[in-house]
Amino acid sequence: MRTVTVVGASLAGLSAARALRAEGFDGRLVVIGAEQHLPYDRPPLSKEFLTGKADESQLALSDDEERAELDAEWLLGVRATGLDARGRTVVLADGRTVASDGVVIATGARARPLPGPWLRGVHTLRTLDDARELRDRLTEGRHRIVVVGGGFIGAETASSCAALGHDVTVVEAATLPLMPQLGRDMAEFCAGLHQRGGVRLVCGTGVAGLRDDGTGDGGAVTGVALADGRVLPADLVVVGIGAVPETGWLSGSTLAVDDGVLCDDGGVTALPQVVAVGDVARIGGVRHEHWTSATQQPVVAARNLLAGRTVEHLGGTPYFWSDQYGARIQFAGRRHGGETVRIAEGSPEEGSFLALYEDESGTTAALAVDRPRPFMRVRRGLRMG
Amino acid sequence: MIPVCRLEDLPAGEAVRLDLTPPVAVFNADGELYAIDDTCSHQDASLSEGWLEGCQVECPLHAASFDLRTGMPTCLPARRPVRTHQVSVVEGMVYVHTTADVFAQVPADAVAHAAADAYARTAVEEGSAA
Ligand SMILES: Cc1cc2nc3c(=O)[nH]c(=O)nc-3n(C[C@H](O)[C@H](O)[C@H](O)COP(=O)(O)OP(=O)(O)OC[C@H]3O[C@@H](n4cnc5c(N)ncnc54)[C@H](O)[C@@H]3O)c2cc1C
Repeated sequence: MRTVTVVGASLAGLSAARALRAEGFDGRLVVIGAEQHLPYDRPPLSKEFLTGKADESQLALSDDEERAELDAEWLLGVRATGLDARGRTVVLADGRTVASDGVVIATGARARPLPGPWLRGVHTLRTLDDARELRDRLTEGRHRIVVVGGGFIGAETASSCAALGHDVTVVEAATLPLMPQLGRDMAEFCAGLHQRGGVRLVCGTGVAGLRDDGTGDGGAVTGVALADGRVLPADLVVVGIGAVPETGWLSGSTLAVDDGVLCDDGGVTALPQVVAVGDVARIGGVRHEHWTSATQQPVVAARNLLAGRTVEHLGGTPYFWSDQYGARIQFAGRRHGGETVRIAEGSPEEGSFLALYEDESGTTAALAVDRPRPFMRVRRGLRMG
Repeated sequence: MIPVCRLEDLPAGEAVRLDLTPPVAVFNADGELYAIDDTCSHQDASLSEGWLEGCQVECPLHAASFDLRTGMPTCLPARRPVRTHQVSVVEGMVYVHTTADVFAQVPADAVAHAAADAYARTAVEEGSAA
């Protein structure tokens, strides 16, 4: 292969560039990124960066020295708009094309917006630019904030806003946030964290619409109308209702897309010289939106890309963490929903514990709150088993 | 010289965290004692809670790994070393002699090179293991 093009210049794209070089690829390496920024780390955006504990320099995922070694061409601030049917040419928004022998799709996901017109005071949190805007708003006086969506990003954002002294309410359409991810027992524990942080949690009712100051599109938000008829006053709304994989640019290609780019369990698409990794990739039927997956998948996908076929499969145990209300939650494994949850160490009452998800076959997953050591032991066991 | 604990209270495979500023972690790696800064150079996590294997400790949060002898990262996502500190045992008591700034005496590019070598090494090891 002479030229490999990586589309998406974030965690998965950078990890792919690293993996390709580590595997000995010494051809031309082009990395295309829609954002102006060099690769930066997203998890701090809802945590330390939002609260002001970390600044932008601490978000960088690489440094000059590493980039010099990677020897890649970084085309930043330009979006890829197409991939030809054979997967050989990447088309850019400015009309340029990059002829490629191999392509790594690493375009991630974007924040899902609320339907309706755009209003001032309504934010999503996915990019550094989003986080800068929100952070600026959070430093000007005390706000009445409604966070729509009680998932991890919603919860972390609510936690950070509360830590800065704002009045915060979280609205969750389901009966409890995080039920599909964690199951009832652990979802209940996480719901309790909001209370501990002084944040109101309103569950079981969706959002009917936003209220504005009457100036229409581009006006300012004044409240959130709930499906049950209540209106929660708010001058700042953060929408955290999930992410949509960035696959629109592939519409003219021959690749199959269905909630992510469909790949085999080695990250290889229907075209052997095109692989997909990170939040955009549905690998072997599952799409993960986890930091660790975005660093591990590219290692396997790069080997398969260079081999020209799937020679290696993704194993490993999915893992993610979340920091909220001073608690560090860590989760590893694959829950199927039929497990019982056993507290193996500590207790939810004391706020620090290790919980194991168990079925007839043994332990399928583990969740820890401020118990890093025993969690690590179990996570390793899951990895081996 | 900061007292840590009795030697018998730090068995092989264990670590203790000293609540200094910045915090320091003392490890017993198969009988050898090492001390490094406790906070991972990547992001906020305590290395004393990490996974100890040989002379390496793996961070419990993002699996960055450090060589206890040198403080050098042996794999990503850490790119910067952690400081190392001297450990001694006097009459069954473990002490740490904290270093003001161990890397200040080494030319900056020497550190960077050592770190780059460490990456290369991991890449090779991972490649051959697979
Ligand atoms: C606020 C926040 C907090 C998070 N916290 C955690 C956490 O605590 N723990 C955890 O495990 N995970 C967390 N995550 C998830 C983690 O950050 C993601 O899994 C990871 O960023 C995925 O990396 P990626 O490179 O696949 O995608 P992304 O990071 O989304 O990057 C994709 C990149 O591709 C670019 N792009 C998109 N379309 C195009 C195009 N057509 N052409 C060129 N470039 C394009 C985008 O601009 C973007 O820069 C968090 C995410 C967010 C947003």
